[in-house]
Amino acid sequence: MSEIILQIDGKEVKAKEGMTVLEAAQSAGISIPTLCHHEKLEPYGGCRLCIVEVEVRGWTQLVVSCVYLAAKNLIVRTRSEKVDRIRKMILELLLAHAPDAFELQDLAKEYGADKDRFEKESSFCIHCGLCVRYCAEVKKKNAVGFVDRGTRKEISFIPGIASKECWNCKECFPLCPTEALQAAFVLTKALISSPPSSELVSVGIGKD
Amino acid sequence: MLRINSPEELEKLRQEILSRSDPSKPCISICAGAGCLASGAGEVIAAFKAEIEKQGLTTDVNTKGTGCPGFCERGPVVIIYPEEICYLRVKPDDVPEIISQTIREKRVVDRLLYVDPTTGEKAIHESDIPFYKNQKRNLISYNSKIDSKSIDDYLAIGGYSALAKVLFKMTAEQVLEEVKKSNLRGRGGGGFPAGNKWEGSRNAPEPIKYVLVNADEGDPGAFMDRALLEGNPHSILEGLTIGAYAIGSHEGYIYVRQEYPLAVVNVNIAIRQAEEYGLLGKNILGSGFDFTVKVHQGAGAFVCGESTALMTALEGRAGEPRPKYIRSNIVGLWGRPTVLNNVETWANVPLIINKGADWFTQFGTEKSKGTKIFSLVGKITNTGLVEVPMGITLRDIIYKIGGGIPGGKKFKAVQTGGPSGGCIPEKLLDLEVGFDELTKAGSMMGSGGMIVMDEDTCMVDVARYFLNFLIDESCGKCTPCREGIRQMLKILTNITKGKGKEGDIELLEELAEVAIDASLCALGKSAPNPLLSTVRYFRDEYEAHVKEKRCPALSCKELIAYHIDPSKCQACMICLKKCPADAIEGGKNRIHVIDQGKCTKCGTCIEVCPARFGAVNKISGQPVPAPIPEDARTLVRKSKEQ
Ligand SMILES: Cc1cc2nc3c(=O)[nH]c(=O)nc-3n(C[C@H](O)[C@H](O)[C@H](O)COP(=O)(O)O)c2cc1C
Ligand code: SF4
Ligand code: SF4
Ligand code: SF4
Ligand code: SF4
Ligand code: FES
Ligand code: FES
Repeated sequence: MSEIILQIDGKEVKAKEGMTVLEAAQSAGISIPTLCHHEKLEPYGGCRLCIVEVEVRGWTQLVVSCVYLAAKNLIVRTRSEKVDRIRKMILELLLAHAPDAFELQDLAKEYGADKDRFEKESSFCIHCGLCVRYCAEVKKKNAVGFVDRGTRKEISFIPGIASKECWNCKECFPLCPTEALQAAFVLTKALISSPPSSELVSVGIGKD
Repeated sequence: MLRINSPEELEKLRQEILSRSDPSKPCISICAGAGCLASGAGEVIAAFKAEIEKQGLTTDVNTKGTGCPGFCERGPVVIIYPEEICYLRVKPDDVPEIISQTIREKRVVDRLLYVDPTTGEKAIHESDIPFYKNQKRNLISYNSKIDSKSIDDYLAIGGYSALAKVLFKMTAEQVLEEVKKSNLRGRGGGGFPAGNKWEGSRNAPEPIKYVLVNADEGDPGAFMDRALLEGNPHSILEGLTIGAYAIGSHEGYIYVRQEYPLAVVNVNIAIRQAEEYGLLGKNILGSGFDFTVKVHQGAGAFVCGESTALMTALEGRAGEPRPKYIRSNIVGLWGRPTVLNNVETWANVPLIINKGADWFTQFGTEKSKGTKIFSLVGKITNTGLVEVPMGITLRDIIYKIGGGIPGGKKFKAVQTGGPSGGCIPEKLLDLEVGFDELTKAGSMMGSGGMIVMDEDTCMVDVARYFLNFLIDESCGKCTPCREGIRQMLKILTNITKGKGKEGDIELLEELAEVAIDASLCALGKSAPNPLLSTVRYFRDEYEAHVKEKRCPALSCKELIAYHIDPSKCQACMICLKKCPADAIEGGKNRIHVIDQGKCTKCGTCIEVCPARFGAVNKISGQPVPAPIPEDARTLVRKSKEQ
């Protein structure tokens, strides 16, 4: 594979073709915050926290670095007033769901995000999709999935599959940046102690 | 049916079809579009068939179920050829009279004609009706000329001649050049130049390519794509095949929303007929070019109309937008070059090929060419589909075609572009309609939704209404859209309930900015449009809600009160009897008073209070005057004293 040279935060960075901007930055020791990214998973582009500015032919564009491919002579700025403003808002929006998540708290400090800017929401889940995608892409079990869409979108264990697979696996648990997965699992377990069903049962993961 | 093997055979067949029909023979064409069917066109068609038989006219009169001409609100629509007499709101009971009067005696049935609401004048022909007269119906006019289920009817109006021309007289490059020269821009959303999109796909190295029709049409209230696909499905197939030839594709899909069953039926019939004639499938018209089309029914989510979500859905996965920075004309369906265009975009293609790019570019503005179909609804006299040349002013659409605002009300704003479009105020009514012009005004062309609002509409509530639609349609994948819309909607709802806080408008603007800059797909990026455009043009209304707890349009329930003016009330007791909440105290010769604690603000009293009294008021932003004391409520009738 051929090598590309691009510029990230004023530094010349070498990357291989097919690498994302995020991977190129990480390889050069430049950190970009992420929430929905995982090396073993397909780029998802959901949390939008890894947003950066790129300059292509004199045009500045906002792109998510976990999806955008590194390219020759690309100029990348991982921080700017705009980027920071967006990250701060994204964090504030997510902190309404998971005010106690360590990952979010650390990032909140860095970006000056106020965890109380928005009223608390009932669900902890920040929809990073790590659990769902890990189970589907790595374990190929699809024991946990998303149901519904928009603001009603929630994760849900599929009891029929979960009762067979999850007990001995639990590999997705440490991936969850919040308490949502654990909460959903506890609820599912309670559900499955009654006879397992293969139907999709939506599990609320509220705090109350 | 016989397979057609060459352009010559096509022309021969066309002549045969034309010679079979006698242009002077009466033809009753009844709109069989979804709108008219819903208002009873099916029964009207049956009644015509029965009556024609009863009167022994079977061989003397033709009947036809056609596509939608756009005036569905006045449906079922019947047009009698050759005179082109247009009858509206026809009921089965009217049929015997139409046959005996119009068909036998050549007399017009006056009461079924269009009556101009202002002048009272009647219009006999479709083309005399102001609603139609001021349109430029390049595309939709064919709908009422052909039976939507007959390929022969399509051939009779010159159908598939553009395809024959392309396959035998033009190279793929020449087709591309013509479309590029026409500057045809996408009718489904962003207005991207179709020719450039096609060229990108054509030049992509991957040999297998696809062409797709976007007939998801998720905008509530918009139905131009349905009308075209239902009414003239062959024109879409012909356009699509031409596009396939231009980019070198042999496989196409039509993505139709599930809620359009009639469109699915009609387009499937059209595909079968075209295949039988050899106008689709292998070796089309003997040219050696192969092209097949399949119909895919979508699950009907609004976001599935977004290009990457649509392709994901076609691949059999959940219709969610996917993140990518490579255009789908290079890497699209199954990772292959894919041209996706809207129904109306495709419908323009045969016309551009037949009549030439120069014909097409005579309509429109410098950067927006041709015509555009809008779905005109809301507080407007004539609602329906209107096809107009680009560059027409909003004022002309609303007043000349739409007939203005009913009920003597004042125009306030027009919302264009569907749920994520923007609101345009009165001072911009002379704006010329075009892609860039609408975007500059803070709105967009979108797919062509146009909702007219009058003075009684609260603009804060309008923004809330659209975000409330979008919150259910967002796929929920990315933070700025899912969470951003959630918070914007909460704030707007609070403002309309009188719970707005200092700083809310600025917070809304901040949330909007992040949604625009950081959302994954165009749904999130455009969702703030209704909000931002209303803040831009009606900021004073927002401020009145937040600072004075006043709704200037007197529309937000929680900010208004109903009050009876004691000096005007004539104690007629009408409101008292009609109030569903028993909130009005009064009686014979007693001035009526509303108990604010009981009033549910339904608005009945203001409607029923006789106009000559006009005693009921809506008030907002000020305290309700204290009820007059019991002992002062006896009505003193001045007129009777004298
Ligand atoms: C949320 C969303 C919904 C959309 N819905 C439709 C639709 O129903 N029909 C359509 O033709 N385009 C729709 N679009 C636009 C498509 O993504 C795409 O741009 C269009 O089909 C391309 O065709 P055109 O260039 O001919 O307009 C939608 C876009 C978004 C973001
Ligand atoms: S449960 Fe946890 S891992 Fe799964 S989507 Fe929600 S926040 Fe992410
Ligand atoms: S912008 Fe909205 S609809 Fe589009 S991907 Fe993000 S959440 Fe889904
Ligand atoms: S607004 Fe409705 S509920 Fe209130 S007084 Fe009038 S009629 Fe009664
Ligand atoms: S309808 Fe009007 S005039 Fe009659 S009692 Fe009610 S407020 Fe008075
Ligand atoms: S890490 Fe890139 S969008 Fe979430
Ligand atoms: S469906 Fe008949 S006029 Fe539209």
